[in-house]
Amino acid sequence: MIALLQAESLALSLGGRRVVDGVSLELQRGQWAAIVGPNGAGKSTLLSLLAGLRTPEAGSVALEGRPLAAWPARERAQRLAWLSQQGEADGEIASRDVVRLGRLPHHGLFGAVTARDEAAVDAAMQETECSGFADRRLRELSGGERQRVLLARALAVEARVLLLDEPTTHLDAPHQRALLRSLVARARAGAAVAAVLHDLTLALGADRLVVLAGGRIRADGPPGDAQVRATLVDVFGQAFVIERIGTAGGDRWVAVPAP
Amino acid sequence: MAWTASRLAAALLLAALMLALAGLAAGSEGWSFAWRDEWDLVAAIRAPRTLGAFCAGALLGLGGAVAQGLFRNPLADPYLLGSAAGAGLGVVLVLAAGGLLGASMGLATVGWLTRLGLVGAAFFGALAGVSLTLLLAHGAARPLVLLLSGVVVGVLLGAVSDLLMLLSPDAMRGKQVFLLGTTGFLGWESVALLALALALTLPVAVRFARALDALVLGEASAASLGLDLPRMRLLLVAVMALCTGSAVAQTGLVAFVGLVAPHLVRRCVVVTHGALLALSALAGGVLLLAADVAARSVIAPQELPVGVLSAVFGGIYLMVLLRRRQGQGVAL
Repeated sequence: MIALLQAESLALSLGGRRVVDGVSLELQRGQWAAIVGPNGAGKSTLLSLLAGLRTPEAGSVALEGRPLAAWPARERAQRLAWLSQQGEADGEIASRDVVRLGRLPHHGLFGAVTARDEAAVDAAMQETECSGFADRRLRELSGGERQRVLLARALAVEARVLLLDEPTTHLDAPHQRALLRSLVARARAGAAVAAVLHDLTLALGADRLVVLAGGRIRADGPPGDAQVRATLVDVFGQAFVIERIGTAGGDRWVAVPAP
Repeated sequence: MAWTASRLAAALLLAALMLALAGLAAGSEGWSFAWRDEWDLVAAIRAPRTLGAFCAGALLGLGGAVAQGLFRNPLADPYLLGSAAGAGLGVVLVLAAGGLLGASMGLATVGWLTRLGLVGAAFFGALAGVSLTLLLAHGAARPLVLLLSGVVVGVLLGAVSDLLMLLSPDAMRGKQVFLLGTTGFLGWESVALLALALALTLPVAVRFARALDALVLGEASAASLGLDLPRMRLLLVAVMALCTGSAVAQTGLVAFVGLVAPHLVRRCVVVTHGALLALSALAGGVLLLAADVAARSVIAPQELPVGVLSAVFGGIYLMVLLRRRQGQGVAL
């Protein structure tokens, strides 16, 4: 598989504490990876480093083989979409206009919005089922509705690399499943997808698990790998166990609280 | 009837037109529509005052909409961010300097060059005021800290202005006009300067409106869309300072128009910042024009300072707004 995003020995300290400590990671085309770990493991910081939104103290990130800093900002934004945790977004513009912001890297601040842009916005809104409240203000939406709008904004970029920080926050179970189906579809269409997830059962459905603790990668591999699952249980202090369930589509892994 | 942006624009234009006619008719001896008979009076006093009030209000409305978008805070207003106090200090500095040089500089008597100097001083004062506020608040991320910092900077710069008055008592009259806020000294020179400032700031602000839309997502998300935020923020702060500075230099401290105008627009329509900025300018113009006509006619033949009217109504509006936000559980 081809690595769309490559991180080498990333390190960053915040408030005197080493939050990300020598992380090397490759995100491959066609694969969706779940980044998991306990609170304070450095997941969100790592994601923002991968997105180029923070500058590492050491190490580097390359997008399609070219250092992130060497990309013109707009071209980089066309190729790499980042979804933040929800708390920050707030405003009185309509949901559809929020999703349209995903096309900003394509048409720029001063360019005309094309039919292609509108089609991408329509598709993303249908994908996250937010067309029904397209004209409502972002501020007036419920947490789940707002998250679907923000997800549609990230999907509307149609980027090759998707970095999502807790994308399932506030989503009910059907919308969580729908989102994961979207992520899988994007990956199968050739994108590299990485999502920070707190729901471990959802994470265990990913192609790959990146287990983070203390700013370091403790395990990195498919959920089917026993060593990866054991490390996952370990970094969460044995608070849960992982069980296998058989489904029509094959075996699946679920996390249940430890007895 | 559901408002749309174009319907609101049409309604505001109509209101502006009607208020402008009222402005041309409102005199110290009541209403007079016999314009041909008193053409000199209309052309020399009422027309520039009416047009000037509209332009100053438009600049304040635009400045408020830019501030609210830029700082992601619906309570942001150039007056609450220290920029108006900074602009006021800039003007007082010029007036005091004039006083020290022995020139008599009431706002009514100053000419072109001095007015231009006043605008310049107000612009840099506004820029300094808002920069000081941002410095004190460590950026604009925390709305309450930002507003409190703005209040502190406002008080501080106001005190410096007062101190300057001690050094130059001659400038006291100009300063008094300033504190009250008045449209009474708007001449054609003022109109030209205000119109020029509006012609400069409105197109630039509207052109960069998509950056304000993107800021709705938060700073980091906006940056992830490939925007050069530091440069855009600098440009938009400069636009806000020019809006505030030019309005303050000609009309003094007319508070709350910048806060109220964008709010009224947002109450009526759901729009992106491109339309919001233009409509807020229009609404600001209508508000100040209405305040000006009311100030001239409520206790005629005497006149109320327009700043007093706008402060009373704007203050009440802000209180209602704060109560509503608290009622909705919105963090300040």
